Amino acid sequence: MRRLVQGNEACAHAAIKAGLSFFAGYPITPSSEIAEVISRYLPFKGGIFMQMEDEIASINAIIGAALAGARVMTATSGPGFSLMQEGIGYAVMVEAPIVLVNIQRGGPSTGLPTEVSQGDLMQSRWGSHGDFLSIVLSPSSVQEMYELTYEAFNLAERFRAPVVVLSDEVVGHLREGVDFENVSLPPIIERLKPEVPPGNYYPFEPSFNGVSPLPEYGTGYRFHVTGLFHNYKGFPTSDQKEISSLMDRLQNKIKNHIKEFFKFEEYQTKDADILFVSYGITTRSALEAVNILRRQGIKAGNLKLITLNPLDEEAISDILKNREMIFVPELNMGQLILDIKRLGCKDRVCAINRYDGDILTPQQLVDEVLKRIQAGVEVK
Amino acid sequence: MNIKEYLRTEFFPNVWCAGCGNGIVLRATLEAIKSLEITKDEIAMVSGIGCSSRATGYVDFHTIHSLHGRAIPVAVGVRAVKPNMKVLVMTGDGDCSSIGGNHLIHAARRNIDLTVIVFNNNIYGMTGGQVSPTTPYASRTTTTPSGNPEKSFDICSLVMGAGATYVARGTVFHVHQLIKLIKEAINHKGFSLIDVVTPCPVYYGRMNRYEDGITMMEEIKEKTITVEKARSMSEKDLEGKTVVGLLKKEEKDEFLQTYLSFYNTKKEAKSDTAV
Repeated sequence: MRRLVQGNEACAHAAIKAGLSFFAGYPITPSSEIAEVISRYLPFKGGIFMQMEDEIASINAIIGAALAGARVMTATSGPGFSLMQEGIGYAVMVEAPIVLVNIQRGGPSTGLPTEVSQGDLMQSRWGSHGDFLSIVLSPSSVQEMYELTYEAFNLAERFRAPVVVLSDEVVGHLREGVDFENVSLPPIIERLKPEVPPGNYYPFEPSFNGVSPLPEYGTGYRFHVTGLFHNYKGFPTSDQKEISSLMDRLQNKIKNHIKEFFKFEEYQTKDADILFVSYGITTRSALEAVNILRRQGIKAGNLKLITLNPLDEEAISDILKNREMIFVPELNMGQLILDIKRLGCKDRVCAINRYDGDILTPQQLVDEVLKRIQAGVEVK
Repeated sequence: MNIKEYLRTEFFPNVWCAGCGNGIVLRATLEAIKSLEITKDEIAMVSGIGCSSRATGYVDFHTIHSLHGRAIPVAVGVRAVKPNMKVLVMTGDGDCSSIGGNHLIHAARRNIDLTVIVFNNNIYGMTGGQVSPTTPYASRTTTTPSGNPEKSFDICSLVMGAGATYVARGTVFHVHQLIKLIKEAINHKGFSLIDVVTPCPVYYGRMNRYEDGITMMEEIKEKTITVEKARSMSEKDLEGKTVVGLLKKEEKDEFLQTYLSFYNTKKEAKSDTAV
């Protein structure tokens, strides 16, 4: 049955559909509905919902539950996401499969609690200290929120790594018609279980494409995890070879498979002279802007990035090639554009930014493009 | 079972200094587990950061060396999804009452079935001897070189106030009592905490002119007063003394059991109702 669903509600239902068994969170606008909906259903499905004392407790509790064997998630927004950064690095290091949802609001600091922003893109990629890699997904509709939250669990379990669903206030609070029963979803991916007896199992041995199985607690496999650099047995090490091979493996176990999960959508790009590169709610305006521009005889197109980290640089570069102008509309002061400039022809890439709590409208994007065309492609 | 069977001896030698009491706390914990005949598979042990928190690496349970201050929330996550396991937290005075203070009081408030063992050496040892929330007034540390001007925490009073249902204090000198207290704490249904007084001769000792670990152990012995004896003593007489023994034991509903039975009596909302 098709019905009106809010983005945050879709996120909560997707998590439950994906097999969520433990959720820990802390109230924060504009993500609270996710916790509210989960608290309403999860306890009746054999799962546990906990409202923790803060966001730091939330991320650490889901890490503990994940290591013990649960499928886990937390949801938050900017200030809470900042508090969770140390935990994200820890999850990377102990290879705990966790899903984090960040419904972006205006920042820095307390910022604009009830209004939209895309200001946490860089934070979601680089926010924790040290070099690390987390997967970041960005939905631009309520249905996509449902699909990507579900997929985030599969990616987290497959790679034993944190996955961030980076949404925003508008998608989170948007209501659109969705028929949950008729959304086609891939099968649930369970985490790898060891094929060797307990004595021969090591928690950080790169058994399958760089990922080690993660046995459930209480099944005979006892292991140690630490946030310190560690060897394949999980015990702290300062051996330089062991350190660099761990660092390489944590990146490569994901990067080497980027083609298998990297997602993007092209709209009217084939002959496009003008290309938008957009993500999240901004995509919705960009798609409409493409239609308006086409009606005026301007060959415009849109590249929508769904996976925001890691980036399939090869695929993106290919699409950026041979365009007259590339526009990167973002609800921040220019974050994704840094990558697009790096991957495309630098002097043809223009930013369209807004950071006052509202979205970029299709007309604004159209006006910006026309202005540039009239100015004679003097872009910087 | 031999106590050695609980140890991951391949990871020895351990990081603890000569004269440190941490090994005694760990041994007492293992003796308690041994006498309770709990299998290794039934135990999860979580620690934070600090000298004490290295304990989890050396024992053959499900072990997590977590972030500084965060052992309790990690343990809460384990406990929530593994209701039949015994979950122990190995932590230090700074780890649990300073950076992790918020988690400590809320786990106590919820009466979550965890056993928290605090290696209380009154100092930050791992980072080189800085002042901690339990450093006594006027004691010298590397960040209070003229003596500590602040008041210190009594971790037991703190968690008793927050709602913990089993609270005790022991010392590394009174090992048999310590084993008994840890045993009771593990058996207790609900949040239990043992504050264990243990010496740090290398930092606290040197800064406060103790000759060695043995001198510190002797002082622990001298300062100790039993709970029973303390009852008839005035506040003034108790100044500078360490009251050891069982401080609080209460039977109350434990978090997870209450949670599960609570939802058994409720009805699920219809899934098509709007938010």
